[in-house]
Amino acid sequence: MKIAVLSGKGGTGKTLVSVNLASVAGNAVYYDCDVEEPNGHLFFKPEAVTEEIITVTTPEVNAELCDGCRKCSDFCKFNAIASIQDKAVVFPDVCHPCGGCMLVCPNKAITETQRPIGKIMRGVSGDVTITSGMLNMGEESGVPIIRAMLQDMKANPNDMTLIDCPPGSACVVMESIIDADYCVLVAEPTVFGVHNLAMVHELVQIFNKPYGVVLNKCFEGENPAEAYCLEHQVPVLGRIPFDQELGHLNSNSEIVSRVSSKYKTLFEDVLKQVKEAVSQCQ
Amino acid sequence: MIIAIPVEDNEVEICPSFGRTPLFYFYDTETKTGEFVENEAMNAPGGAGIKAAQTVIDAKAEVVLVPRCGENAAKVLEAAGVKLYESVGLSIEDNIQAFLEQKLNIVTDIHPGFHGANRGK
Repeated sequence: MKIAVLSGKGGTGKTLVSVNLASVAGNAVYYDCDVEEPNGHLFFKPEAVTEEIITVTTPEVNAELCDGCRKCSDFCKFNAIASIQDKAVVFPDVCHPCGGCMLVCPNKAITETQRPIGKIMRGVSGDVTITSGMLNMGEESGVPIIRAMLQDMKANPNDMTLIDCPPGSACVVMESIIDADYCVLVAEPTVFGVHNLAMVHELVQIFNKPYGVVLNKCFEGENPAEAYCLEHQVPVLGRIPFDQELGHLNSNSEIVSRVSSKYKTLFEDVLKQVKEAVSQCQ
Repeated sequence: MIIAIPVEDNEVEICPSFGRTPLFYFYDTETKTGEFVENEAMNAPGGAGIKAAQTVIDAKAEVVLVPRCGENAAKVLEAAGVKLYESVGLSIEDNIQAFLEQKLNIVTDIHPGFHGANRGK
């Protein structure tokens, strides 16, 4: 079973929820797809870590063969090639390596090279396997790293899998949830939080995924995120209180369900509901 | 010498964006004439600064007057030997005059660009 945990913005509690769900599930695999700022490993502190460098294809121009005909820069829809003093110059951070420039170059002046954009780290913490993607600073897109990580997932379809998604609802998030059986949306009790919840709510509906919400940082009084769930008939899987003890444990990079029976029960209950919902879908 | 300036649709004011300016004004200091040219990169999904810079270097401009500039555009311009001067206020005429009187400074603030600024994060 593959459970994706997502939210419309950062700092809502995706990592808290996905790390703890993986922990209470036992024999689970945790994927940190938040490749711009992966932090699940800070909680799991995995051991026996191996690293794999992830590269993308980048065009390289041989200036001696380039006669400045501009066929490549005219072709490039991403404007990743400029023609400066009759030589093609590639801007790798704008390139979406489609290979088109190589095909249209009449002088075979363009070849492909591999450029590292980040890495995948794999390790173990108790009975949880941790896979974290890390994008190098300044890189435009983490999608190639997420794709490479999720190849692992495809190879082991029966694992109990938790996917800690990047924030937002852009390409990297879509890539992360594409194979998920269920999406857990984490929401904050603010009007701003509701706006972000609505974004991911729309996304999971477009992807036709079963979903439910975990309300984080709940305190007494009004909860606009809960009101949104009621209004849109979104199932609420659990409520995590705005709790000093939780904040303290979390900031000391403890996995709360491993040290607090209260939170162990809370996340076990969320997981149980998700499993039931998935079994009803199958 | 040809001076390039990113200009708003009204053909009067300098546009704060180099890559996504609607128009460029190319002023020839020898003939003392100028022309407005549409910026094809205005609505480009990406790489607007690179494409706009291409337009400027293809017009054989040697100088650009801008309030600021992104790093990809600056790389293209600098590689082609184009000098960037920081415009003051919005008036095209005043800035050309100020440049000719050597009152404008070289642009030092090359920003990392706004790539992906609206990606829902």
